[in-house]
Amino acid sequence: MNAQARTAYINARLIDPVAQTVSDGALLTVGDKIWAVGPDAFDASDKDGTTIVDCQGKCLAPGFIDMQVFLGESLETTSRAAAAGGVTTIVIQPDTSPMLDQVSIVDYISRQAIDAPINAHPMAAATKSLEGQEMTEIGRLQEAGAVAFTDGRKAIQHPQVMRRLLTYATAYDALIVQNAEEPDLAEHGVMNEGEVSTRLGLPGIPAEAEVIMIERDMHLVAMTGARYHAALVTTAKGVAAIRKAKQQGLNVTCGTAPAYFALNELAVEDYRTFARLSPPLRTEEDRRAVVEGLADGTIDVVVSAHDPHTEDEKRLPFSLAEPGVVGLETLLPMGMELVNGGHLTLPQFVASLTSTPASLLGLPGGRLEKGAPADLVIFDPTIAHRIDASSFASGAKNSCFDARPAEGRVLQTIVGGTEIYRAESWQS
Amino acid sequence: MNTSNGQSHPEYRHLLGIEGMTATEITALLDLGDRYLQHYRDDAQIPKVLKDRTQINLFFEDSTRTRTSFELAGKRLGLNVINMSVASSSIKKGETLIDTAMTLNAMRPSALVVRHNASGAAALLSQKVSCSVINAGDGSHEHPTQALLDALTIRRRKGRIEGLRVAICGDILHSRVARSNIHLLNTMGSRVRLVAPPTLMPPFIENLGVDVHHDMREGIKDVDIVMMLRLQKERMQGAFVPSTREYFRYYGLNADKLAHAKPDALIMHPGPMNRGVEIDTVIADDIDRSAIQEQVEAGVAIRMACLDALCTGSLENTA
Repeated sequence: MNAQARTAYINARLIDPVAQTVSDGALLTVGDKIWAVGPDAFDASDKDGTTIVDCQGKCLAPGFIDMQVFLGESLETTSRAAAAGGVTTIVIQPDTSPMLDQVSIVDYISRQAIDAPINAHPMAAATKSLEGQEMTEIGRLQEAGAVAFTDGRKAIQHPQVMRRLLTYATAYDALIVQNAEEPDLAEHGVMNEGEVSTRLGLPGIPAEAEVIMIERDMHLVAMTGARYHAALVTTAKGVAAIRKAKQQGLNVTCGTAPAYFALNELAVEDYRTFARLSPPLRTEEDRRAVVEGLADGTIDVVVSAHDPHTEDEKRLPFSLAEPGVVGLETLLPMGMELVNGGHLTLPQFVASLTSTPASLLGLPGGRLEKGAPADLVIFDPTIAHRIDASSFASGAKNSCFDARPAEGRVLQTIVGGTEIYRAESWQS
Repeated sequence: MNTSNGQSHPEYRHLLGIEGMTATEITALLDLGDRYLQHYRDDAQIPKVLKDRTQINLFFEDSTRTRTSFELAGKRLGLNVINMSVASSSIKKGETLIDTAMTLNAMRPSALVVRHNASGAAALLSQKVSCSVINAGDGSHEHPTQALLDALTIRRRKGRIEGLRVAICGDILHSRVARSNIHLLNTMGSRVRLVAPPTLMPPFIENLGVDVHHDMREGIKDVDIVMMLRLQKERMQGAFVPSTREYFRYYGLNADKLAHAKPDALIMHPGPMNRGVEIDTVIADDIDRSAIQEQVEAGVAIRMACLDALCTGSLENTA
């Protein structure tokens, strides 16, 4: 794009996740950067050569940064889905094929990402071949563009491996992301262990599988001083363990996904495989604890955990179906359930998708301030609609929210000053 | 009912599980099963009410007894019965389930009898076909015809189901027979107790309205019915219980433990039995106490009733 192209977004409700404020004003971008923000950001008398976008009082926020995206489809398709969801940066999980455990592959993905319409950053494997035995080249992988280290769908189970990994990571200030589920305790389980699993005759995963892994890791974090992030916290016990660790001053953060604050285990009744997730949907008590964790800041980030699967992988008996749901295009409406329901403020929710993941991963976006990338989202926070998976840009339609009444919709998505998505109904 | 125009009440097209059935529906099936049982006991001519219709037994899991029972039930009603056993190697590739079902459905059978090792398989299949689906056992979920035949056996021996005390003993955790029986017996007003080592008791099972016991003598004290379950061999070697001999000592049914039940307590077992593991041979073969052979006989009758009710839609009139 033209490096000097000027675009003014006027009549906007500016959502500032860093200052935690909502204010009326404008935002001016020049080239791929934000140039000015605020009530006086744009002088209407000096509009020569400036493209005007009238936000009509809708919300303008930094583009969303999604810390957990599984690349089940092409980067191009995933980018389109992200754009439709207001997501301007995705973090790709390492269990791609080939997996992201070597410098050459991470380097390849990083360079491929340059051509994608959105920003894409790899999270590299923490152990070679994701086998949980030997650590990967954390320093060189970081240089090649890896923003954090994780074994993705697998937990780093071996305590000595985890200890050394955390210890080694401190030299590079690298973030270690754990799939906090004790694999032996979760073995063969396909849903939450409880009355529902008993009635359905399905093997369950106890909530303890999560808290045991988190509590073990907390001791190792205390030993090593490393930066640790639990990818998805889904249980009341897990939330409590993270809260306690933060009170102790440990360098710990965690995330969750909309399914865990919007649904509970009852969603799998009638063997609905589209509600089969890993970790599984939990009890209503757990769901409430996740909401509370988001509200009091125990849970730092919200991710989509976007995990596309074909009909063939889902139209199976429950225990044989692949876990995972698509989520890029439902992040905003699901989050707005919490905001419009009074559990979170709008800037609080936006921070969990912008400034907080940006600072965890060392990314430049996620802020509405001069010099930040012109990655933006315009959204309507209250418009009522029904989620329709068939209209998704994503090729896979395996949403656990299909047909759910929702509020809030992405109207326009901008990456580096360029519009990459516009809702059909939106005429700015 | 007419399976081709789909006009019948969808609720009664399939038999997928006991959970959700009413006492009236269960009683109607038991009454019909009772009539069929009396028919063939009397050597009476059984009207071929389903003559020239087709029943397909689709078994993804090895079974001799249940498949034979369904086959005989269908033939006695005049159905053309076809048995399909899907090789165990392809069970793991679950996609064969829907593909196979759709292919068979195109052949326009009236009933599909399905057994699969995955819970929910019969329900999934029922969404894809236009004929009646009978669940002949899905994973650890339900085995509805087993519970119905157990109920028919109990009713014939005891004259009632309501008010009886029933103990179900053994591997409750993995048992679809236990789940179906719990739902049926609770619906019909029995008092259900479960007896098993804690490792073989499903979590939160007490929420289904049963009393949980780990001491067998206590658990079967004063019961009218002792239902034993089969313990799978692969579950005996350390993972769930330490050994066969320890299991038999504490949870195997022998004369000493049985003495705690009512003097006229009936012993039941869905078969096949592991003699010396969950049940002592002498007890299993005691024709005064054991109803095990009658269960097999009632099985054919109750499956006739289910095929008849689903394929002709007669169950709808009872609602």
